[in-house]
Amino acid sequence: MFRFIVRRLLQLIPTLLGLSLLLFVWLHRLPGGPETALLGERGTPETRAMIRRQLGLDQPLWVQYGRFMKRLLRGDFGSSIDTKQPVLDEFLARFPGTVELTVAALIFAIGIGIPLGYLAARRRAGWLDNLSVGGSLVAVCVPIFFLGYLVKQLFAVKLGWFPPTGRQDVTIDATRVTGFYVLDGMLTGEFDAAWNAIMHLILPGLTLASIPLAIIVRITRASVLEVLGEDYVRTARAKGLTERRIRGRHVLRNAMLPVVTVLGLLTGGLLSGAVLTETVFAFTGIGHFIRQAIDNRDYPVMMGFIMIIAVIYVLVNLLVDLSYSLIDPRVRVR
Amino acid sequence: MTLLDVQDLSVMFTQRGREDVRAVDGVSFDVSAGEVVGLVGESGCGKSVTSLALMGLLPEKGVKVSGRADFDGTNLLGVDQRTMRDLRGRELGMIFQDPLSSLNPVVAIGKQVTEVLARHRGLSGDAAAKEAEHLLDRVGIPDPRRRLKEYPHQLSGGMRQRALIAMAVACRPRLLIADEPTTALDVTIQAQILELLKELVHQDGTALIMITHDLGVVAGLCDRINVLYAGRVVESAARRPLFAEPTHPYTRGLLGSIPRLDSVRGEPLNPIPGSVRDLLPWVEGCAFAPRCERVIEACVEAPPALIGGSHQYRCVNPVLGRSAGPEHLLEQE
Repeated sequence: MFRFIVRRLLQLIPTLLGLSLLLFVWLHRLPGGPETALLGERGTPETRAMIRRQLGLDQPLWVQYGRFMKRLLRGDFGSSIDTKQPVLDEFLARFPGTVELTVAALIFAIGIGIPLGYLAARRRAGWLDNLSVGGSLVAVCVPIFFLGYLVKQLFAVKLGWFPPTGRQDVTIDATRVTGFYVLDGMLTGEFDAAWNAIMHLILPGLTLASIPLAIIVRITRASVLEVLGEDYVRTARAKGLTERRIRGRHVLRNAMLPVVTVLGLLTGGLLSGAVLTETVFAFTGIGHFIRQAIDNRDYPVMMGFIMIIAVIYVLVNLLVDLSYSLIDPRVRVR
Repeated sequence: MTLLDVQDLSVMFTQRGREDVRAVDGVSFDVSAGEVVGLVGESGCGKSVTSLALMGLLPEKGVKVSGRADFDGTNLLGVDQRTMRDLRGRELGMIFQDPLSSLNPVVAIGKQVTEVLARHRGLSGDAAAKEAEHLLDRVGIPDPRRRLKEYPHQLSGGMRQRALIAMAVACRPRLLIADEPTTALDVTIQAQILELLKELVHQDGTALIMITHDLGVVAGLCDRINVLYAGRVVESAARRPLFAEPTHPYTRGLLGSIPRLDSVRGEPLNPIPGSVRDLLPWVEGCAFAPRCERVIEACVEAPPALIGGSHQYRCVNPVLGRSAGPEHLLEQE
């Protein structure tokens, strides 16, 4: 088990090297540059060239890459061209928001998706089945930003059930401990602040959850249907076990295997979906910041954020693989 | 004393937009305590469906079951699901064909044994673990304590079938149904598993319904044999008369198609031509007629009835007299 984890972590090194090289070349090939964002249309060719020189962008690409890697090996991602702050600080200041949003979306997607998919399979071709299959098709098709504006308009603006934007009401003077607002509220005992943060998570969380929720419903349904026809479920019935036992021990556990696999893949989609969702709900997370960084050609921020997200993605998938081996003894790692 | 009395069991599969398929058609037989009854036939003859119907394991939708199956005064085909669940695993045990797919791959063997004990005998914790260990030991699994913690993929094929048998006999059921229990196994393991079943039946006085296509299995184990063809019993007799004087041409064909070691080299095998047909085959005449070498006009005029006393057969042109063939199978005993 330990060796498996170490091996997987070591695999990160070549992955990140390849990714950094590809990204570096790619991002610097994008038309325009940070000087345009800084100067706008006013800049003369001379001032533009000066800024490029100051930022070291006049050097050959491989020299720039060498510098970037040298700093990176010391744990330094560089500083944002835009805000002049270290990239890592910028990231850490915003990441908790994105994590909260992603976790909320995952809770919605899993908490609703698995029971719904299961019930749909149990009552196959019933109204719930038809509704969930049709609904999940719609959910996958509707673009996330469109859905975001839609739910915001309806539930926040028209009905006023939830706050339309932000992570917490500005009128709330909450103590910050970890940067995770919900957790902070719990830790300091400011439960109204935690509740307020939770309310702010509902609409963006549901919006972000739409696609993974739809996929989880479909996969759970298909998987449960398949498992229900397995010989070992028949064996369980032949033992006279109660339906509840058969479902819990024999059906659900086996049916979860494909769902867990997909969860790891969906996490990547969640992070990119977070960019759109955060923009719609003016939610302070990395998504909003990374969008600005792309607009401004803020190379260090783009490189840093994408690399860190890549590491997180790999770690999440490692976690998924480990949980997979917990459920299925056949793939148990030694 | 008769433990299970099956009368006129029929199973019909219905599907919208398709003609109904009668998989089992008026099958009757009985089993007494300590007796081994064989249901024999080719694939598609309805033998597995018969067993699933008796266990109440057929799907509810699209299946019509009729007839009676009196098990110690209870009609298995008429009781509600709850009663059936109480009987299954406690009074009725079943062993399936493919031990790998019949065991849950993600649940330890021990748990799969103890869950029956918990359900029907109220055992839990150490008591259940101890009993499970005893059961695995009884079905001949070496080092049972270690095996309890293992998963199906860690066991050999024979070991898995033994585990499955341990689960089926965990509550000492009075009736055991074995559906091709040796088909997925090596020949050497087959003999061991049959020996084990024989022992269990002998020790506990369990009644056993043995479902198989293998007449070698039947010869070594069964007291009485029902040969099924296209959902109906075509011949029913005690073991010796059936092997000595197979009366229905189909039974004779089955026996004749077994390869013999003492046959002349290069002599061709004797398969029965064709295969089982579905779609209401018994309506216009004998279902076996298209494949039968003894077919006469009467065969296709009306479906033949089951006639005879203790040796019954369903044929208008039966083979009478001793068979030249397969009595050697009996010598294997």
